Amino acid sequence: MSLASSHDVPLIEVRGLGRAFGSRRRRVWAVDDVSFRVPRGEILCLVGESGCGKTTTGKLIAGLLRPSRGEVRFEGQDIWKIERKSFKRYRTAVQLIHQDPYASLNPMQTVYEIITAPLFRHNLVSSRAHAWERCLELFHIVGLTPPEDLLRKHPHELSGGQRQRVSVARALTVNPSFIVADEAVSMVDVSIRVSLLSMLGRLRDEFGVTFLFITHDLALAKYFAWDGRIAVMYVGDIIEISDTPRLVNDPQHPYTQALLSAVPEADPELTRNKRRIALRSQDIPSLQNLPPGCRFHPRCPRFVEGLCDVEPPALLETGDGREVACHLVVRQEAVA
Amino acid sequence: MSEDAVRSTTVYQRTAKDVLLGMWGSIARFFRLMARNRLGFVGFLIILFYFVVSFLGPLVMPVDNNTKVDRIFERPSWRHPLGMDHQGRDVLSQVVNGGRDILTTALLTALISTAIGITLGALASVIGGGVDNLLVMLADIFMAVPQFPLLVVLAGFIQVSSMAFLALILAVLSWPGLFRAVRAQVLSLRERDYVEAAVLLDLGTPHIIFREILPNMMSYIAISFAFSMTGAIYSQTGLVLLGLVPFSSQNWGVMISIAWTRGAIFYRDAAVYILAPVFAIAIFQLAMVWMTRSLEEVFNPRLRARA
Amino acid sequence: MEGTIVQQLPWSKGQAEEALLSVRDMWIEYQAARGAVKAVRGVDFDIFPGESMALIGESGCGKTTLGLGIIRLLVKTAEIVRGQVIYRRDGSAVDVRSMDEEQLRQFRWQDCAMVFQSALSAFNPVLRIRDQMYETVKAHRSASRAEVTEIAYPLLRRVQLEPERVLRAYPHELSGGMRQRVLIAMALLLNPPMIILDEPTTALDILTQRTIIDLLRALQSDFRFAMMFISHDLSLAAELANHVATMYAGCIVEYGTVNQIFYEPHHPYTLGLIKAVPTVTGDFQDLSSIAGSPPDLIDLPLGCKFHVRCPFATRRCEEEEPELMHIGPEHAAACFYTDEVERQADRAWEEIRNPQGAFA
Repeated sequence: MSLASSHDVPLIEVRGLGRAFGSRRRRVWAVDDVSFRVPRGEILCLVGESGCGKTTTGKLIAGLLRPSRGEVRFEGQDIWKIERKSFKRYRTAVQLIHQDPYASLNPMQTVYEIITAPLFRHNLVSSRAHAWERCLELFHIVGLTPPEDLLRKHPHELSGGQRQRVSVARALTVNPSFIVADEAVSMVDVSIRVSLLSMLGRLRDEFGVTFLFITHDLALAKYFAWDGRIAVMYVGDIIEISDTPRLVNDPQHPYTQALLSAVPEADPELTRNKRRIALRSQDIPSLQNLPPGCRFHPRCPRFVEGLCDVEPPALLETGDGREVACHLVVRQEAVA
Repeated sequence: MSEDAVRSTTVYQRTAKDVLLGMWGSIARFFRLMARNRLGFVGFLIILFYFVVSFLGPLVMPVDNNTKVDRIFERPSWRHPLGMDHQGRDVLSQVVNGGRDILTTALLTALISTAIGITLGALASVIGGGVDNLLVMLADIFMAVPQFPLLVVLAGFIQVSSMAFLALILAVLSWPGLFRAVRAQVLSLRERDYVEAAVLLDLGTPHIIFREILPNMMSYIAISFAFSMTGAIYSQTGLVLLGLVPFSSQNWGVMISIAWTRGAIFYRDAAVYILAPVFAIAIFQLAMVWMTRSLEEVFNPRLRARA
Repeated sequence: MEGTIVQQLPWSKGQAEEALLSVRDMWIEYQAARGAVKAVRGVDFDIFPGESMALIGESGCGKTTLGLGIIRLLVKTAEIVRGQVIYRRDGSAVDVRSMDEEQLRQFRWQDCAMVFQSALSAFNPVLRIRDQMYETVKAHRSASRAEVTEIAYPLLRRVQLEPERVLRAYPHELSGGMRQRVLIAMALLLNPPMIILDEPTTALDILTQRTIIDLLRALQSDFRFAMMFISHDLSLAAELANHVATMYAGCIVEYGTVNQIFYEPHHPYTLGLIKAVPTVTGDFQDLSSIAGSPPDLIDLPLGCKFHVRCPFATRRCEEEEPELMHIGPEHAAACFYTDEVERQADRAWEEIRNPQGAFA
């Protein structure tokens, strides 16, 4: 790949991505029609509630699942249409950090074995001594001390935060350029979340790693991706993408507005006086029985009959670099 | 010394003493792990005892083959702690010698059926599709037929000439159990996050099967192995008691069969003759079950460090 | 009645005799292979009728053990080594620890109900909801099915569930949010004066959380029960609590009104927690972690259990363990350097309200 092309081609791009589950008769589209780009060195947060398809999207991007429709492009090429050698290169270039620190490390192996497995497999080290050195280096990057002590331990002897760091160190052994962090700090104590996020942030600042940060916690998304973008997902679709400061302070889509207003804040006066947006219904749509038109319309406080329940809104640019999937927002823009 | 020799002796850092110490260390560690569960440790020691006696015992205490008509069904005494059999022969020496064939066959059966079970189980779950369906169907067919009656019928048709052959038959009839368990385990372990991570890191299918998945099933495999042995022993003994397996060598099952047919139950003094082999078998089985408790801890580091 | 006299806590909002529940000097240990785990070490607090108290702490601090200990629902390996749990109703007081099986049975749902996390494991998977409700009521008081159904209908409607549909359903047919609401309704079946909730909103989606929070607030104002909720989520305390107690390594390290805890924390751990939790509204906030990890509860270090992670720690903290000290009206903290913490807290809130830096 020439230098010139690596500048304009986004590192990861998905177009019309969709993934269905279930038998032919009862197909459920966990991810329906997702498109976005992540330029090199950027952070994109994928935010949404459970069942919105964000984890499935993460796995599709990491190549762990095959799309049922659409494409996943890495450095401009569709990963499922390239030859084996290129696919192997892509495989190690994109890594995923799992949510559950208690399930992401093999309980029968020591930390040393876990970290050195990829090092030896891909001949990234020339000897045992070199492997040891590389372990120490990686531990330093992810902030694990004391390395000698920890390398000999089994995963269950480490704390949740330490295990997540080991997961990251393991992912770093293959020098990835893109990391999907799937709720990577959700199961870790609050008091150490920030330090884990800072460590991930350093990976981006110092090593240029691009991130797709999946979370249901809007406040975390705001903190981690402040100079990046947030994409909000609802029942398999992206309904808004925007740079973080504007999404958080001036959300356009009614669902985003409802989410932001619903988050409890760690500030009594703020949270007790916050304006709450009431939704028309509590029911979360089931993937098997989706509402016609806009999927959010049964709950949307700005619902317009005849429009929102008929025609599904497309994700359109609003002219200032933001994308929203809502008829009313687009209408507003048109009027303005 | 030549340059090469010097180089080889300095490179080869581990002396014979180091190697022995290393082995001793592993053995000691194994013992310590087994000892974590008291009942399991007792079982383990009993099993160990059985193997030592059955394989080394015959060298020390060969079978007493002299018929002594004046000592038929003699009571237990200090010289003959288990008394005499229907031909005036020492019972203790028969018990000591009777374990070897049974244990060997049981070990062989367990080895073969475990090997078949693991191989087919891993294959079925990894390859999936038609192969998987075929194997599962096969396993179902085998499992649907009651094992012991089938054995009895087979024994009627086939000439079971050697231990190995018997072991093979027993193994072939018992593989479905472990196969299904291995298959289910692999299918479930495949979904684990750390296996997914191994896929992401492109560690390769062999690595994933042998380094990620199988080690997490070791305790299960070890316990299945143990129960395979106990099952084999019951099957063997049953076949021998029914006279379907013509063994001429010393064998607890044969002892029971002979004791029974020779009327040992009618003589109070000879009770030991018939009970000794029964207890020999029963205690072994029990010890095996107890030992499995320790095996779980050995193979599962998570259980070891229970805070 | 003798064992029911308790010491007055200077930071309590009222007289101990007026409190609904008074916990004094509670020590809970449980046995592990390596030794005794001191999960709760000398906890004191009062809960007054109709008020809501949040017990905030991270994993392993002992908050769930404490909650279970109050209603004596601990596992067999755990033991309340020492302490009083005085419950007062209609002028009489009794120590929960001295109750016999029968009294405890009645206490557990009629006087103090517990709402567990809405995970499927809180339910019996083979019973329909209506049977579960019936079984629950029957376990604590005799009642007929008709009676229970009569009480259940309005309650279920109150928690915004359709009674016919829900009563007939099995637990796995309901969503997490619905299950949580069922558990809340079940707790209210016998109209107890006190409810303990364990992580009521964890593992729930944002919008569902919001429903539960608003629901709890409304229910409390209608039914006037006292509420003690256990959580690691500070923002939940900000929403619902009148008083907050932060717990660390088995002790309450700070107790105060919700405004005091958030705006004037006096313990380094409380301050650390507040500085680690981001808000979604407003500008970018610089957050900080608390370095290190919680102590080993089997082999506790000397001195203050937080000192290893504390930015204010001195020699004294390594040797002496501070007790909860009265520092203001309804406010107590277990630290020798509360003044410094107060100064830092002021500065931190200044930053939050008027952020300096590139994104202001």
